[in-house]
Amino acid sequence: MFTVKNLVEELKLEIVAGERGMINLITDVYIGDLLSWVMAKVDDGNIWITIQTHENIVAVAVLKDLSCVIISENAMIDNDTITRANVEEIPLLRSSLNSYQLALRIGELLK
Amino acid sequence: MKRVGTIQIKYMIAKNDFSKAGAAASNIKKTLRKLGISTDVIKRVAVAAYETEMNVIIHSHGGIMYLNIDVEKVTIIAEDKGPGIEDIEMAMKEGYSTATSQIRELGFGAGMGLPNIKRCADNFEIKSSLENSTIIKMSFNLK
Ligand SMILES: Nc1ncnc2c1ncn2[C@@H]1O[C@H](COP(=O)(O)OP(=O)(O)OP(=O)(O)O)[C@@H](O)[C@H]1O
Ligand SMILES: [Mg+2]
Repeated sequence: MFTVKNLVEELKLEIVAGERGMINLITDVYIGDLLSWVMAKVDDGNIWITIQTHENIVAVAVLKDLSCVIISENAMIDNDTITRANVEEIPLLRSSLNSYQLALRIGELLK
Repeated sequence: MKRVGTIQIKYMIAKNDFSKAGAAASNIKKTLRKLGISTDVIKRVAVAAYETEMNVIIHSHGGIMYLNIDVEKVTIIAEDKGPGIEDIEMAMKEGYSTATSQIRELGFGAGMGLPNIKRCADNFEIKSSLENSTIIKMSFNLK
């Protein structure tokens, strides 16, 4: 069992919003920046790594029952996105690492 | 014959209103969950409803989405106020998009929305022509 809280601690991620979802269970990782592509491919409980920071990422995360969203490379996040992630209780996390580096580290953790 | 009531819900979708983007799809998903509909159907409806809603927000002058549920199936109908689609066959192709660069920067415009809808639904119909409404009807079997 691996939760978003475990992930945040292991990878020292910044918690930007949605702290209430920290107990969500993680199933796998998906990387993508094209929303309709992600919509088609991502699965329940996945961690979604993206550089998209528009509020629609929260809508995608809710509809697809994702465990959390990680914004890579410290991309700037819109205030609307933060507000919505708090309302929807979707953990919105951030890291200075790029998507590849994050996935590598998560791959190690999920082994 | 046993008569079972149907559920009908109407959602107004405004042009370019990203602050409510996904709200109709979310509400549809919640409604289906409350009714105890199978997860497989809910997942497919969620994707198709979201893509339909986003297309109305991004590509049309606004419109209405209708959710209908009866014992047989879940049906979603979207009708917008135009400007319509010139070439439906092209629009249905994966990768085809007329989204502006501004919209693409937000992560839309992969040209995957309509193909996603068609893949998820058990029945899918689209009716549109230039300067007219686009009407999309899709259904998901419950039996
Ligand atoms: N409701 C609509 N009104 C007018 N044009 C539409 C409508 N829905 C789709 N289209 C047209 O069909 C094209 C393809 O739609 P589709 O949803 O597949 O891709 P997209 O919306 O451009 O990108 P994506 O959905 O991947 O973010 C759109 O670019 C647009 O030209
Ligand atoms: Mg679309």
